[in-house]
Amino acid sequence: MSAQPKSLFQKVWEAHSVRKLANGQTQLLIGTHLIHEVTSPQAFGMLRDLGLKVLMPHRTFATVDHIVPTNELVEPYKDPLAQAMMDELRKNCAQFGVTFFDRATGKQGIVHIVGPEQGITQPGTTIACGDSHTSTHGAFGAIAFGIGTSQVRDVLATQTMALAPLKVRRIEVNGKLRPGVYAKDVILHIIRLTGVNGGTGYAYEYAGSTFDGFTMEERMTVCNMSIEGGARVGYVNPDETTFAYLKGRPYSPKGAAWDEAVARWKAYASDPGCHYDDVMKIDAADIAPTVTWGINPGQGISINETIPDPAKATSADEKAGIEEALAYMKLPAGAPIKGTKINVAFLGSCTNGRLSDFREVAKFIKGKKVAPGVRAIAVPGSQIVALQCEKEGIDKVLAEAGFEWRAAGCSMCLAMNPDKLIGDELCASSSNRNFKGRQGSITGRTVLMSPVMVAAAAVTGQVADAREVFSVN
Amino acid sequence: MALEKITQVAGKAVFVPGNDIDTDRIIPARFMKCVTFDGLGEFLFFDVRHTPEGVPTGHPIDKPEHKGAKILLSGANFGCGSSREHAPQAIHKAGFRAIVAENFAEIFFGNSTTLGIPCVNASREDIAKVAAAIEKNPSLEVVVDVEKLEVRFGGESIKVTQRDSARDALVNGRWDAIGELLDGKPQVLETAAKLPYLAPAA
Repeated sequence: MSAQPKSLFQKVWEAHSVRKLANGQTQLLIGTHLIHEVTSPQAFGMLRDLGLKVLMPHRTFATVDHIVPTNELVEPYKDPLAQAMMDELRKNCAQFGVTFFDRATGKQGIVHIVGPEQGITQPGTTIACGDSHTSTHGAFGAIAFGIGTSQVRDVLATQTMALAPLKVRRIEVNGKLRPGVYAKDVILHIIRLTGVNGGTGYAYEYAGSTFDGFTMEERMTVCNMSIEGGARVGYVNPDETTFAYLKGRPYSPKGAAWDEAVARWKAYASDPGCHYDDVMKIDAADIAPTVTWGINPGQGISINETIPDPAKATSADEKAGIEEALAYMKLPAGAPIKGTKINVAFLGSCTNGRLSDFREVAKFIKGKKVAPGVRAIAVPGSQIVALQCEKEGIDKVLAEAGFEWRAAGCSMCLAMNPDKLIGDELCASSSNRNFKGRQGSITGRTVLMSPVMVAAAAVTGQVADAREVFSVN
Repeated sequence: MALEKITQVAGKAVFVPGNDIDTDRIIPARFMKCVTFDGLGEFLFFDVRHTPEGVPTGHPIDKPEHKGAKILLSGANFGCGSSREHAPQAIHKAGFRAIVAENFAEIFFGNSTTLGIPCVNASREDIAKVAAAIEKNPSLEVVVDVEKLEVRFGGESIKVTQRDSARDALVNGRWDAIGELLDGKPQVLETAAKLPYLAPAA
């Protein structure tokens, strides 16, 4: 161990620091670059304009997720703009020598599901992707940044970007989650406590016995939404759970290289006694199934609480925030959130579109029916997730319950594809953002929650406590 | 690559009130179905500027007296949410060259700086002063001085702050890092050689 104890963030940052730039920022090596169809075409265009190549095509991986229709597999797609983006990515990958997990490969999916699934996401690495939910990959002890398109260009051309180091906040959650409480509730609870900008300038280190006991998929769900609390980066120190997940995946090291890699990965974990700029501690027992009532992910309450009342706000800002949110959401101040009528149920997204999410829902929804009038869709996060669900019969269980089983993609999380809310429909959603208009209708309303809570909402037709609906105790 | 030294931005200003104005609101996702950034300016704040039926709502940036404004004023946590560069691109293409807000979301701030759009922080009270002045006289020239870290308007001025690295990059004309990053290639390869996971597969 080094003399000075260091955090994982610090160790990974130092190992990837190339040099100091004139303005004081660091030129940081980005070992893994993930790209998709929405934020990369302009970057490739800039490369062409500047006459540049991709420096490390073997460290650049592409998939298509945001615009793919999940109910249409044959090209050309009905939407010519979606088809044009698909064609552009295909052309760019071929021209610049980038591996593309196209739909025909059987490995396509949401970029933050594909990376881990393929073993591309590894501990002690730096990852960048033109998508703010890139923090997902931090679940493996990687430092993963969401970036803009000019930075996508920078990483394509130089495998680096200009960046200043972040402060590190350790968020410790200790104890056992109560039955019916999930990783999604943990992150919604954290964001509720910090607010949507409490994490600005920080990387989050999630730790404590709750995280130690989490599966990789649960860790990914939490890291995924770090940005919703303002933190660009979130990570969990790598451990045996991490290594067990990665072993045998297509891009994981093999043979002797595997043992060497594990030894290296272990050494990246934060040293005991290292410095944190801030520490926050949460008791797992204090976390309840959590749902949002407003227009940002920090506006959350437990399922048994009432919708905030602007009259009881403690500041003018809070009052204005509640009023704006309730006007948009068309929800009554002070009423219970439980019982709010829903129109749509959405299962999927890079937050909760993994195998364990669908398994958990299938376990509870088997034999039940989606309430009349509710439109319910289940969208696997990748083709591999879809295939595994189909092997296990999960697709059938969901279909029998009344969910439409779709092909892999981002779907209704951001509605850059045909999956959209209509008018002011209210959606019980396992996704990550409840911004105004986020799900494709400018008056559409989103209530964020865990997948099992979405299932409970689907079968009752209203925001419900899954523990009561499915007799969980 | 010689870039313009952005020491100050002068022009008309417009106040778009509100906190937590997210990037979906700045540029709704459906307008990102494109392979260039061309034409994004007209979709800036589109769903706030129009009713669901497409009728203009009288948003501040559409008011005739604010036409041609170069400076955008807003509240706290401006630009939160998605990493889409389409957001600052839309702001830039709509003619804005500087943003004054209480504070900015991390990724949005970086994206804007890389496009040469200074984002400076001011207190709510000070932003309200500027907003009041332009309300009274929409043609008032407002100067965002990145070098001196102040905003001047009609004989008055307020103090603003900005991260040192961003200020340095703007005033010295190195806000787009690509040239400098390319120059570091030998050191990049040296650093990469020490990281086994970067080796091409055998």
